[in-house]
Amino acid sequence: MNQAVQATEGHQQHPLAIYLWIWLLLFVLSAGSYLVDYFHLQGMLRWSLIITFMLLKAGFIVAIFMHMAWERLALKFAILLPPLCLLVLIGFMAIEGDYTFLTRGAAFVR
Amino acid sequence: MAHDAHAAALPPLKQVAADFGGDKQSFQVPWGKAMMWIFLLSDTFIFTCFLTGYMHVRISTMESWPNPSQVFALHMFGQDIPLILIAIMTFVLITSSGTMALAVNYGYRKDRRNTVLLLCATAALGATFVGMQAFEWTKLIMEGVRPWENPWGAPQFGSSFFMITGFHGCHVTAGVIYLLVTAKRVGSGFYDRKGSYETVEVAGLYWHFVDLVWVFIFAFFYLW
Repeated sequence: MNQAVQATEGHQQHPLAIYLWIWLLLFVLSAGSYLVDYFHLQGMLRWSLIITFMLLKAGFIVAIFMHMAWERLALKFAILLPPLCLLVLIGFMAIEGDYTFLTRGAAFVR
Repeated sequence: MAHDAHAAALPPLKQVAADFGGDKQSFQVPWGKAMMWIFLLSDTFIFTCFLTGYMHVRISTMESWPNPSQVFALHMFGQDIPLILIAIMTFVLITSSGTMALAVNYGYRKDRRNTVLLLCATAALGATFVGMQAFEWTKLIMEGVRPWENPWGAPQFGSSFFMITGFHGCHVTAGVIYLLVTAKRVGSGFYDRKGSYETVEVAGLYWHFVDLVWVFIFAFFYLW
């Protein structure tokens, strides 16, 4: 509750320990994603681990280091919702990429 | 401000409605912070466009994609260590993110000396990162990587690499300058006279965003 009150005053002062723990966690997560490559993990295990580590890192940076967790919901919505429409672009381009690949295959291999 | 205090006590969704409704200021933060967040939102779209373009050319190319694990390996201690330079760059950037978070924290404590020191440390780590990136570019260019060709496979590798890491490197370089300017102002007591260190937090938002973008580049370009 104390933190919520601070956030409404637009003042982002939090205990030092939170930052140090998140900092350590980011190191561990980065080491994890490097080890995925180092041990040559392949297939679904590789992709799922890379994505999990990436999203966790990104989430902690935005939520704690950039103080988004303590901002009011209006700002959270205004900043975090618009990027969701990028998922549509990514989806379209993945389909389009597959189509281009198949077309090239059909045109060049013949 | 009585109205804001009232809105703060509302349940979250009611609070959003109260913040956006009515003829008044929507975001209860300093204007610099709101504008920085909106700038970072636009930057998110730019970097996503780059990464999506990279995804598209990588899906659609008929030639095999060069293996980043081998391309970015360094010969150290008598053996090839995969991706080691990129791993070190990642750790340098995360370290700088940590020192930046501490700088913001000490700024709010109005501890001028430590804020300046931590901002300068952050800028130094950022400059180290750019230096290592310059080394990486030099190495790849010497090995024959160009935006239109490379010795290992799909020619789109070079254009994606130079475009994405180049644009990110520009952001880091601009961030180093931004941090040094902020450090100078903190040191001169500018924010003590102004009575607020919020500008340090705004600079911090930019710096953390640069680290955030690297998280995605590291995952999608170097590890994928």
